[in-house]
Amino acid sequence: MEDQLKTDFEKNLRDFSYSDQEKKFKKNNFNVFLEQGFPNRKLENWKFSDLNQIIKNNIGELTFYNDYSKENQIDKIELINELEHNKLIIVDGKIEKIDFKFEDKDKIEVLAEQGEEIIKKNINSLINLNNAFSNKFCKIIIKKNYSLKKPLVVYHSTNKDTKFKNTNSRIDFKLEENACLKLIDIFKDNSEKNFINIYYNFELDKSSILKNYKIDRSINNNIKYSYNNIKQEANSVSETFILSSGSKFFKNEINCDLIGQHSSAFVNGIFDLDDENHHEIKSNINHLIENTKSYQLIKSVLEKKSKAVYQGKIFVSSEAQKTDGYQLSNAILLSENSEFNAKPELEIYADDVKCSHGSSSGSLDENSIFYLMSRGLNYKEAKKLLINGFLLDVIEKITDEEIKNLIKNLLGVKE
Amino acid sequence: MRDKQIEDLKDYKYGFSTDIESIKAPKGLNEDVIKFISNIKKEPKWLLDWRLKAFERLKVLKEPDWQKPKYPKIDYQDLYYYSAPKSFKDKPKSLDELDPKLIETYQKLGIPLNEQKRLNGIAVDAVFDSVSVATTFKESLTKQGIIFCSISEAVQKHPELVKKYLGTVIPLTDHFFATLNSAVFTDGSFVYIPPGVRCPMELSTYFRINASDTGQFERTLIIADKGSYVSYLEGCTAPMRDENQLHAANVELIALDDAEIKYSTVQNWYPGDKDGKGGIYNFVTKRGLCKGKNSKISWTQVETGSAITWKYPSCILKGDNSIGEFYSIAITNNHQKADTGTKMIHLGKNTKSKIISKGISAGFSDMTYRGLVDISPNATNSNNFTQCDSLLMGNKCGAHTVPYIKNKNSDSNIAHEATTSKISEEQLHYCQQRGLNPEEAVGLIVNGFCKEVLQQLPMEFAVEAQKLVGISLEGSVG
Repeated sequence: MEDQLKTDFEKNLRDFSYSDQEKKFKKNNFNVFLEQGFPNRKLENWKFSDLNQIIKNNIGELTFYNDYSKENQIDKIELINELEHNKLIIVDGKIEKIDFKFEDKDKIEVLAEQGEEIIKKNINSLINLNNAFSNKFCKIIIKKNYSLKKPLVVYHSTNKDTKFKNTNSRIDFKLEENACLKLIDIFKDNSEKNFINIYYNFELDKSSILKNYKIDRSINNNIKYSYNNIKQEANSVSETFILSSGSKFFKNEINCDLIGQHSSAFVNGIFDLDDENHHEIKSNINHLIENTKSYQLIKSVLEKKSKAVYQGKIFVSSEAQKTDGYQLSNAILLSENSEFNAKPELEIYADDVKCSHGSSSGSLDENSIFYLMSRGLNYKEAKKLLINGFLLDVIEKITDEEIKNLIKNLLGVKE
Repeated sequence: MRDKQIEDLKDYKYGFSTDIESIKAPKGLNEDVIKFISNIKKEPKWLLDWRLKAFERLKVLKEPDWQKPKYPKIDYQDLYYYSAPKSFKDKPKSLDELDPKLIETYQKLGIPLNEQKRLNGIAVDAVFDSVSVATTFKESLTKQGIIFCSISEAVQKHPELVKKYLGTVIPLTDHFFATLNSAVFTDGSFVYIPPGVRCPMELSTYFRINASDTGQFERTLIIADKGSYVSYLEGCTAPMRDENQLHAANVELIALDDAEIKYSTVQNWYPGDKDGKGGIYNFVTKRGLCKGKNSKISWTQVETGSAITWKYPSCILKGDNSIGEFYSIAITNNHQKADTGTKMIHLGKNTKSKIISKGISAGFSDMTYRGLVDISPNATNSNNFTQCDSLLMGNKCGAHTVPYIKNKNSDSNIAHEATTSKISEEQLHYCQQRGLNPEEAVGLIVNGFCKEVLQQLPMEFAVEAQKLVGISLEGSVG
């Protein structure tokens, strides 16, 4: 793999006109990745999901070079019709189209240049991989006091016969004071056996609101990793919802730094897994100042040989008095081969806090099934009704009505 | 009156050291020292070979470093691995021959070795530095066929039992400290309860580290044969010394069909002074195997001492319908650190486990609950309930919860809850309004917080533990 990496990286530097600063940045990141390789189970964060092994078993040898100069067909990508939206289309890691047709043009700024790296510390080698191989990433700035009229949908798509085994994409967002962004990520995979690496950076200024909905519903054989880094100033709100379902492997990682007072973070998620799919959500909520709040709710329904992992962490620094942190994860195992692993972690250094977590996993409640069947439903219907109710809890947490309905339709959940 | 009592107890009450001449093995860890230990204990060859095998394994093992409390590197070559009171070269036949200074030491500790004066009937095995010094109530236990003696004695008198069970729960190839113990263990208790016998009294061991620069490596092996029951208590203290001392014990419990073992610990090793100087490193491996059907192992621990506590008393629920329980109170104050919890490994069908953990941290201390619940695919219809609560006093300390929850069986259920909070102002106000001073009020509230666990302790221990809970938190209010 090492030789492949080196040649691909050389080619990458040669073929695209990066500035000296960019080159230096890419080289540094590349060297870190070269040294560390893909994360494996020896790393605490990857204990339940050995990515190195997963890539070996599902993809085999990876190639890293990506020809960003090629034009991709985008008119064939299936778009969502249920709601009007702005579009950002990424094909094989390349941003093909950015279209804010419903918005005031002067309120949104799109920069396509290499900025300063926002994260100073080393998170994991996949971020380095992303920085080394992704094309010039773009930065979207939402101006002060502006709320997007329609949500922005980011389509993550791959070409049917793509030659690029590994694609990396990165987008930075900055929400200025009092701005509001609704962001939907939709995955449309046409290829098989790719490793897709996505990295988002969010800066939330005072009183801004971010709502991010990640929808991984269509069935595909790809391995995906997504990292959201969110930095929140005073009074800002971030809401992340993850529907984790279609891919072979998907790990969603959310890192949220609450650095302004009265800021709050919500992470909600659903694992709806079948076959041998293996999905994970890892959250790090860092309460770094007084009076901040976080809430996490994750529900899983696991069929066949699927495996879900939830690693949630609440960190409370010694300055962060009056923190309110909560985590809950529930899982229903429907098959004897399914597996649910959880690690709800609390790391607390302040005393005047209210932090708690709960986690449960098990089978469907026999008594409820019996109750429903005694009222004339057959087993299948009874099961469906119970799961419906189980998942509805999380969906109800979605604050945007339109998107809530969209997700309800996708999951076939009714009220 | 109470103020005076508190004043007396404020400093570590067991901090004295006893001036007794002792025999030590040469400093350092090598084959010769292991042979020296084995030789002085007149051990059979198989045991020496076993130790050497562990030592071989130790050479390739690395010290683990994933734990939360970090500590300066231990120089294993700078420790004494064997230290015994000199007068013990020829072990005394009866208590009358004991060195009076030793008896005095144990009296200071509040452990009467003098059988006649005992009224409440607890059989005691006392381990001083590396050797077991006295075991009481031997006769009445022998009548029932119960074997309760030091492990060195068991090696001589019941080699077949020791050989059969030693290392079956904690194998030679386990982690670094367990393997270190296997290579150099010196003494400890051995208990065997024959089939169908309900042990008529609580069995108890008191461990004491006395000599400086010594590590204490004791090994306890408890076997409850079919249908038997035993309750075992363990207490530990050490003198105040400026340097850190290592305590790496191994405890193995084996419960056969329908047997029950209850293991209680009140750990009060010297925690170091107010600035975190000195104190014991308590790196203990405790593991119980519910080997037979319907067996039960219950761990109860009150951890108030040690500079660093790092242990996870575990249950391997192998037999169908077996039950594992873990009740824990861990209190850290000043610069103490604790990383403790349990592992419940469900292998058999219909197995149940329950974890209640209460952590209290004050001062500059750091407390971590780390636990594993693992339900394997074959453990159909298993259940686990976990509750871990933490209480923080002040914003210089930390409380962390790191549970690992793995469920691979769809017919099994796991429920886990955890909370972290502080003592509410209202509760404090209420108590103070009724005439308690702040420290008494905190003591009262903390005792209430820990009640679920304290209830699990045998009477005599519960009283001691309750007092200990109060004392450990002295000076943490305000």
